[in-house]
Amino acid sequence: MRTERYLPYALIAPSVLFLLFFFAWPLLEALLLSVRGGGGGWTLENFQRMAADLYFKDALKYTLLLALVVVPLQVVLALGMAMLLGGLSRGRDLFLYVWTIPLGISDLAAGIVWLAIFTERGYLNSLLQALGLIEQPQLWLSYETPWMIFLAVVAAEVWRATAIVFVILVAGLQLIPKEYSEAAEVFGATPWQRFWRVTLPLLKPSLQVALILRTILALEVFAVVVALGGRNLPVLAGEAYYWYNAYQNPGVAAAYAVVVLGISVLATLVYLRLMRPRQEEAA
Amino acid sequence: MKRKIWLGLALLLGGVLAQQTAPLVFVSTQFTPIEEAQRMRQVILKDFQGWVEFIPEDNAPFTNRILSEVRAGRVSVGLAGGLHGDFPPLLAAGALDTVDDVLAQLKDRRFNSAFVNLGKMGTGNQYYIPWMQATYLMVANRQALQYLPPGASLNTLTYSQLKEWAANIQQATGRRMLGFPAGPRGLMHRFTQGYLYPSYTKSAVTKFRSSEAESMWLEFKGLWQHVNPQSTSYDFMQEPLLAGEVWIAWDHIARLRDALNQRPNDFVAFPAPIGPYGRGFMPVLAGLAIPKGSPNRAAAVAAIEYLTRPEVQITTLVQNGFFPVVQVRLPDNLPQGIRMSADAIARQSQGNVALPSLLPVGLGARGGEYNKVFQDTFARIVLRNEDVRRVLDSEASNLRRVMNETGAPCWSPDPVSSGACPVN
Repeated sequence: MRTERYLPYALIAPSVLFLLFFFAWPLLEALLLSVRGGGGGWTLENFQRMAADLYFKDALKYTLLLALVVVPLQVVLALGMAMLLGGLSRGRDLFLYVWTIPLGISDLAAGIVWLAIFTERGYLNSLLQALGLIEQPQLWLSYETPWMIFLAVVAAEVWRATAIVFVILVAGLQLIPKEYSEAAEVFGATPWQRFWRVTLPLLKPSLQVALILRTILALEVFAVVVALGGRNLPVLAGEAYYWYNAYQNPGVAAAYAVVVLGISVLATLVYLRLMRPRQEEAA
Repeated sequence: MKRKIWLGLALLLGGVLAQQTAPLVFVSTQFTPIEEAQRMRQVILKDFQGWVEFIPEDNAPFTNRILSEVRAGRVSVGLAGGLHGDFPPLLAAGALDTVDDVLAQLKDRRFNSAFVNLGKMGTGNQYYIPWMQATYLMVANRQALQYLPPGASLNTLTYSQLKEWAANIQQATGRRMLGFPAGPRGLMHRFTQGYLYPSYTKSAVTKFRSSEAESMWLEFKGLWQHVNPQSTSYDFMQEPLLAGEVWIAWDHIARLRDALNQRPNDFVAFPAPIGPYGRGFMPVLAGLAIPKGSPNRAAAVAAIEYLTRPEVQITTLVQNGFFPVVQVRLPDNLPQGIRMSADAIARQSQGNVALPSLLPVGLGARGGEYNKVFQDTFARIVLRNEDVRRVLDSEASNLRRVMNETGAPCWSPDPVSSGACPVN
């Protein structure tokens, strides 16, 4: 009896220890680093320097904009792909594997792939020139057209990270019993109605997981942006990197990390609140 | 049996210990990569008549080792090789011996006089002997040469001629073909610190926000109209040069090497442009110094004599890519790319317009934030079109903070200061 009561705790202990050691501790250290001055006292200097920095406002703006544009796009796309996959009777595995290939590609590699497309002597310009649409190579990724860099990053991020949302939603769809949809059909619901009234509400828990995961990852976007835009499209994680490496100032870098953390926690809370399952809402 | 082994080991150990007092210990912050260190030991030092133990060290252990040995009064380092910026902490602690006598012995070497002066470190005495150099250069595609403005020559190009040249190319081809390494890992800040500012103000720190600096930035903004806008993502200029995205570029010699070595017939190397105060350029100068109380001063002097021989300077260039600091005639069988850059470096550092300025000295870990001041000033003025005077005034306060926090005195070409280098 006694062992049975403690067994679950013993079983989760390793993962809790792992999280404490590799996540909670560094998190605490980063927090401390951001509010400690050179002399060891408490200070907000790091946050002041961060806020006064040339790139801070742009980094904040672009990070939030990227998350706002990329995440909904990916969810809609992944939902469409997952529904299509559900309707397939043959070749389902093939599509599943092909669509999840980008999951295995590192984000820096993905950024470099898209750089090869958009750079001055890249595939896009070669194609347009071969088709006779342009005479000279066009500059797509220049600081003079930041919206174009932004679109390139959106394209690369959508291509690279839709798969993770897709995988979560496919798993979620498989958990929904066929009977609900069939019952709705018997009562004369159109496919569209069945999707809106049956599938989507039942998919809510999976959507919640996907949204939280993707939003947090989108707020940490770094390598793709660095590859495609360098410093022309500053983002928060990139600024943390520059402050730590190039300027050798860990305090300000930690301040940036704390900002990313703060926004991530906020976004997660918002999702948890907005997408509560029914029974919790009633309670 | 066992006893014999022990005896043998003891003898061996004794032998090693006895010998260790004999060699010249040569500690260096240069040639730390293992291949370079091996080439230094096996090729460059091969013909030296004497036993040298070459020990490459990173900057911090190098300084600590020499300082603590000198303080303890038990010096084992016989010869110290480092960049100019590695020596000030040693000099400040009184750990360096003067080498005026060594320089006098090497009269026939014909050292570059600007480098000899740097070796005095702002004092009346010689503290290191110039050893070897690297630097930043210009490279152009030969296709660009036809658009040079009339009367302009690559070797005496001025900043306004560079602008005209780039404008001519843009007019003829419709493309902006001048390029700078202004990407996240590029060395654009060295251009503003060591080339632009000295050429226009003969300073980098004290006259940071002067009216001369203001007109310099306005002119540079004009030049930037003809610069390939992808420059803000270029890190190494050899790549856009080889890809044909730019025809004229400035960068560190090591970051241009591939272009010059792979297609020597398509490219030319030439010195940086000249401004109102002369040709500001940033030599990366390495020197040889003798610690005070060196256990083997005669051997150290012999090693300096050996390493500054013209033929050894050339071996150093071919093996490890650092260029000579003495006047040498380069052999005809040098790879063409190396030969071109060597010629351009010689022309850049000689002549009466030469205005060498140093890598920052004495900033320690704050070097990154010093660079940020120049990177941000460039980005705000040139890329974001902010008002020049306002940017210079606000960035000057950042520069002042770096200087005051480190207390670093001025370095060349800024005039000597007592205490932290002032931003006027």
